[in-house]
Amino acid sequence: MAEEKKSKEELAERIREISASEGVRFPPSLASELEKKLRSLKVSPQEVTKVTREVAHRYRKAEVDAHESVGIIAAQSIGEPGTQMTLRTFHYAGVAEMNVTLGLPRLIELVDARRVPSTPMMTVYVEKRLRADREAVEKIALQIEVTTVPDVAATGTVVEELKVIVTPQVELMRARGVKRSDLEVALAENIDPREFTVTNGSGSGEGRAFELHIAEASSAKKSTEEADERPFQRLLEASEEAKAIRIKGITGIKRALIKKEKDEYVIYTEGSNLDGVLGIDGIDATRTTTNSVFEIYKVYGIEAARAALILEASRTLSEQGLGVDIRHLMLVSDVMTNEGDIRAIGRHGISGKKTSVLARAAFEITAAHLLRAAITGEVDELKGVAENIIVGQPITLGTGAVNLIYRPTVSLAKAEAK
Amino acid sequence: MTQGLSKKIRSLQFAFLSPDEVRRMSGVKIITADTYDDDGYPIEMGLMDLHLGVIEPNLRCRTCGGRVNECPGHFGIIELAMPVIHVGYSKEIKRLLLGTCRACGRILPDAPSGRSEASADVDEPTARIREPKEERVCPHCHEVQQKIILDKPTTFRENGHKITPKEVRARLERIPDEDVKAMGLNPKFGRPEWMVLTVLPVPPVQVRPSITLESGERSEDDLTHKLVDVLRINQRLRENRDMGAPQLVVEDLWELLQYHVTTYFDNQTSGIPPARHRSGRPLKTLSQRLKGKDGRFRSNLSGKRVNFSARTVISPDPLLSINEVGIPVEVARALTVPLEVTPHNQELAKEIVKRGPSPANAPGYVCGVNYLVREDGQRIKVMEKNADACAELVQPGCVVERQLLDGDIVLFNRQPSLHRMSMMAHFVRILPHKTFRFNLCDCPPYNADFDGDEMNLHVLQSQEARAEAKVLMKVEEHILSPRYGGPIIGMLHDHITAAFLLTYQNPTFTRAQVTYLLSKLKFPIPPPAGTDKEGQEYWTGKQLFSLTLPTDLTIEFRSNIWNRCDCAPMSCTHDAFVVVEKGVLKAGTIDAKAIAFGKGAILDAIARNNGPARARQFLDEMSRLAITAIGLEGLSTGIDDEDVPENARKEITKALEGARSRVNELVDMYRHNKLEQMPGRSLEETLEVQVRRELGQARDTAGDIAGRYLGLENPAVILAKSGVRGSMLNLTQMAGAVGQQSVRGERLLRGYYGRTLPHFERGDLGADARGFVSSSYKQGLRPTEYFFHSMGGREGLVDTAVRTSRSGYMQRRLINALEDLSVADDETVRNTAGTVIEFRYGEDGIDPARSFQGQAVPLDEVLTSVLGRRVKPNVDSRGEPITGAPPVGEEEMDLLAEAQLEEEAEEEEVEEFGGAEEGPDLGGE
Repeated sequence: MAEEKKSKEELAERIREISASEGVRFPPSLASELEKKLRSLKVSPQEVTKVTREVAHRYRKAEVDAHESVGIIAAQSIGEPGTQMTLRTFHYAGVAEMNVTLGLPRLIELVDARRVPSTPMMTVYVEKRLRADREAVEKIALQIEVTTVPDVAATGTVVEELKVIVTPQVELMRARGVKRSDLEVALAENIDPREFTVTNGSGSGEGRAFELHIAEASSAKKSTEEADERPFQRLLEASEEAKAIRIKGITGIKRALIKKEKDEYVIYTEGSNLDGVLGIDGIDATRTTTNSVFEIYKVYGIEAARAALILEASRTLSEQGLGVDIRHLMLVSDVMTNEGDIRAIGRHGISGKKTSVLARAAFEITAAHLLRAAITGEVDELKGVAENIIVGQPITLGTGAVNLIYRPTVSLAKAEAK
Repeated sequence: MTQGLSKKIRSLQFAFLSPDEVRRMSGVKIITADTYDDDGYPIEMGLMDLHLGVIEPNLRCRTCGGRVNECPGHFGIIELAMPVIHVGYSKEIKRLLLGTCRACGRILPDAPSGRSEASADVDEPTARIREPKEERVCPHCHEVQQKIILDKPTTFRENGHKITPKEVRARLERIPDEDVKAMGLNPKFGRPEWMVLTVLPVPPVQVRPSITLESGERSEDDLTHKLVDVLRINQRLRENRDMGAPQLVVEDLWELLQYHVTTYFDNQTSGIPPARHRSGRPLKTLSQRLKGKDGRFRSNLSGKRVNFSARTVISPDPLLSINEVGIPVEVARALTVPLEVTPHNQELAKEIVKRGPSPANAPGYVCGVNYLVREDGQRIKVMEKNADACAELVQPGCVVERQLLDGDIVLFNRQPSLHRMSMMAHFVRILPHKTFRFNLCDCPPYNADFDGDEMNLHVLQSQEARAEAKVLMKVEEHILSPRYGGPIIGMLHDHITAAFLLTYQNPTFTRAQVTYLLSKLKFPIPPPAGTDKEGQEYWTGKQLFSLTLPTDLTIEFRSNIWNRCDCAPMSCTHDAFVVVEKGVLKAGTIDAKAIAFGKGAILDAIARNNGPARARQFLDEMSRLAITAIGLEGLSTGIDDEDVPENARKEITKALEGARSRVNELVDMYRHNKLEQMPGRSLEETLEVQVRRELGQARDTAGDIAGRYLGLENPAVILAKSGVRGSMLNLTQMAGAVGQQSVRGERLLRGYYGRTLPHFERGDLGADARGFVSSSYKQGLRPTEYFFHSMGGREGLVDTAVRTSRSGYMQRRLINALEDLSVADDETVRNTAGTVIEFRYGEDGIDPARSFQGQAVPLDEVLTSVLGRRVKPNVDSRGEPITGAPPVGEEEMDLLAEAQLEEEAEEEEVEEFGGAEEGPDLGGE
């Protein structure tokens, strides 16, 4: 074992040396793949040199040219296939029950850096020991999913007696894993005792109803402050309020579905709350993820957000069967996350913060930018593309980035004289 | 003639114009609101005063003495009787008023800061100005501050009393420079009081030319109209004020002056009605000139009109190289290339000039000359009559503008220009007839077809531009797309069909046939592959195809027709495993997977390993071979290719009938509440999901039954299976059943109350009532089915229309955000501010266009070629070897094919309506 490790390291070192002598720095992924392949083929040392040289040679040939306008190429490579994308939302692959925004709207959403995606969604994995245990996973799912009062109980109002009746449905409660006591706690926590008193109603055991009466004190107070408000109006409001009460679950998660993937159960959720879900026991925090880039940024920071942007964009594109090189997506994500927070592509983000007045004016809200520029006495250094096009000069990218001056060693006149 | 860049603008400084500066730059004071007198001569001190510049011939500018085209124009001035607020700065003025003492002008401790550098959001610059809540006292002079509100757009009120612009100006004047600085303004480039106007610069006439209508009537520019209004009111205001008219009258006029000046700057200011032309059309004033897509910035500054360009309809010519473009003689005669005369080419230049602008086309096309530019810059139009005289004038230092010649390099472009391959450099071939022509392989990058498309052509005018075009923009340089590491230029349609016919099961050809096949190529006839029983020599198709391959090409991959069989590579019974060794096709069928754009493995390998020039040669030769080959045998498909036998028809009907009754069962179950609800779905949704699944299966079954009778001998199937055009789904719809129509991903629903059409019962949830089309295209659709099909089709149309505009805007934003990024010399990616965006481009510094499907180096290929032994190729998730370039997945090709079909359907429809075939802007075809 140790020997194998040693030979592995030696080979890796040799690859590094040879490529360095060729003036090339391999990325780790390429180096390790080459090392793995060479090892599995059991090649001679001379052959290692030959192969590595050739790889290095080809690598050099494939490198980008200096001053290449990679930004524009990235923008074109992402924008051009946009015309071929669909506009509709689709059912998520495998989970027919859920709608997920895909295609062009999703791509626009990513590029816009919206705080909340139009269809937030999480993929929750569980710890290794629970993976195959459907019941355990279901339990976790129930913990995550928000359960509100109407999910487990029927509510009604009795106007004559000025009360709201909440009748727990035993079967629904069992399905949701809620006990009557949970409901009681939730009601107690969310209803202002100064306004309503909660008492036990008819029925027995788990199914015994709760009654919400308007409190004496509150009606007394009402007589002074809100004399004209009718008590039954307040009652109806209270019944609506009671319906919104969350008994358990994580805010924002509307639904949690379980799906078997290979040999493990995975929870898919409608709605997203990464911070909340990570606090649940039994989930695998290393793999659990969300499609809300902003939440990832909040929880894990900017580098994770960058990775999430790349992943989401490339997934959106490949789902549509469109091949776009990942380097283009990386560049867009890097631009968006460069300042440490997520900035949108557009007038509120990157384009609005450009240094050049002319470039901003040419993009959107022309007059405002020009007027502002005068106030602060701004200077346009004419370094970018749009500005130079506007004033009619060669742009500063590509061949415009370099100047070549030819100084003949012999003057032409002299040469002709000879 | 000046060459190169003589001067370069390093930077631009933005600043206010001070009233003094306005006066200093003014050529004349404008007083009269009139423009021309009865003779049509500009009135002095009027808006068309000759001091402002001239736009009519035969007049001289009174300021600089120049004539038309010499005089650049000069500003004038209107002295305003009373000051007025500049609309663009009313919010800024409010901020300053709130932030400084009303008495002493010093800054107050809690002055609203304006925007900080970080959040310079111009959208709502002063949205963040918070009204100070408490009563404030100036720490410098102890003056109690009052509440100030801005009554949009330009009225200020303090405790409900109006502050006149005059007073506003007085207050702003009191702010000392250092406090101005503290408020975020730069007093060096503008004092705040300049935001209240006392003088108005009058733009030169060149900026607002009047036009003479056909009737001889003069029509003034919108700006002139607006200035007339300003002058008129200004005059009245001055008179009234000087006469000591009642305060009320003066104030009314003052406000009217404010209105006119406001609309002169921006006629879309919210809160005031736009000034209108007599016809009722709102005037286009200063702000409107700059703003928006048709404004100065986006329309004239970011994109400019050019000379030396041409536009006409395009058509195909398979005999041209992909690097060439065919140009009509008429166009070639109108476009010129500057030819600098030197002692060396003097005689030649004279010779060409002598021919004049339209030399006789005797033995073929020869170029003529349109203009002669002498050393002093004088341009002489060369005509038949003066050609000889002009020739005499030719001497070193002149420039002769000669007409196009074969071999000139030009730029060729088709809108919408979505990527850099939308504009490529071609070499000129001057041809008869009136269209631009190019090789069909160039269609995909331009996204062109020949149903009436037009394209633009630009002739390069400098050596530098020509050199850059030749090195960077030639078509062959763009065979590999930077979007994915694969070819975007490649074979399509007939080319692939021909390659298929030529190689599938390796047919043989007689000497006569081979002679014909190679007639368009320069290859010698190769030695025959063998002799048949009768002693006749024969050649094989694979042998002929191999002629086009470079001799060092070695590659293995599976054909498009591969049907998941696992035969050994060399002995595949379906001929679906391509083996090329040292440039010889040993086995396999050449189809879309080998040579098509987007995924052609052979094409990709040639372009990467043998270089763009060799790839171009391959494409040129292959397309010539292909079109002759398809001419030898041909391939036609027609309506009877989708014929299926009677018993199959019956079988399909039975299958569909079964599905229909199963759907009815489902509906019954739903009605009787016996349907088992799916988790997280309502009962209705459950029914819909199951019905859709059932009907989807029904269509597939129908397709499978039909498919059994459609084999590879069927031309339509060949087209689909070899990846030329269409898919098996299309054939299913033609021969089997069209299937469920949908709108918004659901079965059809809308129309009448409770039903889709009056042919059905209300609440009918069955297959037929909700848009299932059980007929095939071949059979023809029943009227209700036809209607449903149109519903689905309409959605597609709306979808594409919306999509083009949405994705167009997204691309504009992306370009704007990323346009300044480039790779620096130290291989970092930086923006113009010098900020590092990436330390190494794409984390590995590899150019996607030079990558192997995104991989930096194709290791297996290297290993195989260096070690000389076969290395187990990479295998993708489906167990298919990754060779060639399938970055454009098969799904995409299917999608593309479908999208194209849809597109074509659209085009037909558009043409039926007689609409323009070029949509607006990005609408395209």
